Amino acid sequence: MQSFNIVVYVFAAIIVASAALVAFSRNLVYSAFALLFTFFGVAGIYVMLSADFLAAVQLLIYVGGILVLIIFAVMLTHRISDVEISNQSLRPAQGALILIGIMAVLLGVIFKTQWSLEGQLEYQATTALIGDLLLKKYLLPFEIVSVLLLAALMGAAVIVRKEVRGEQSGGKS
Amino acid sequence: MVSVEHYLILSGILFAIGVIGVLTRRNAIIVFMCIELMLNAVNLSFVAFARHFNDMSGHIFVFMIMTVAAAEAAVGLAIILAIFRNRETVDVDEINIMKW
Repeated sequence: MQSFNIVVYVFAAIIVASAALVAFSRNLVYSAFALLFTFFGVAGIYVMLSADFLAAVQLLIYVGGILVLIIFAVMLTHRISDVEISNQSLRPAQGALILIGIMAVLLGVIFKTQWSLEGQLEYQATTALIGDLLLKKYLLPFEIVSVLLLAALMGAAVIVRKEVRGEQSGGKS
Repeated sequence: MVSVEHYLILSGILFAIGVIGVLTRRNAIIVFMCIELMLNAVNLSFVAFARHFNDMSGHIFVFMIMTVAAAEAAVGLAIILAIFRNRETVDVDEINIMKW
């Protein structure tokens, strides 16, 4: 179990370091690439938490979908020829104060609560269980969220397309 | 065995980094990435609780959150691109057309 802990803490360190780089880096492209490592670290933690299916979905949706979209947006909204892709920050002192406040509240709640159920759980394949729940207990939310996704994708296409009309074909997300 | 507190502390740190990024950055795309960080932090705590209580419902919630995050990514980046075409900026301080 010692090596298990080490792996978890290594993933945690990767997550925290790359998330800090996302939030505090001056260069927008560095932020986008640091986000990649954050997503990989979270997927690793999912594996250690016996959520194998979610780890795969995390890689597919976040790394394969959302991150690619973000990098496209970075490239489309900045003239790449500009060397300085700067990212100024604003009022860091107040931000740090809010950070400390949030961390104090969260850590207070975490340490104050008694987490009683401490048992050894075996690792199991979760895909069949998730499918069972999605199509039985959570069927209605599943359908609603699929309609939401369809509506959002159509809306995104409409928003981007309207501005293109008239000029030469620009990029689309 | 790493106890659930440690996962929750990790999730809290990740969430706080996301909050400070949203509050202090001026580039709309960075704000967007930090929102993704916060969603990931919440997902992490959902999975930690699902493991801790041995309840699969947490996985379903994470699934739903990922779907909403994907929808949000599509719409949000479309809005950012549309604003950039009109205003030639993605600086949230300069996007004040609806402010009076």
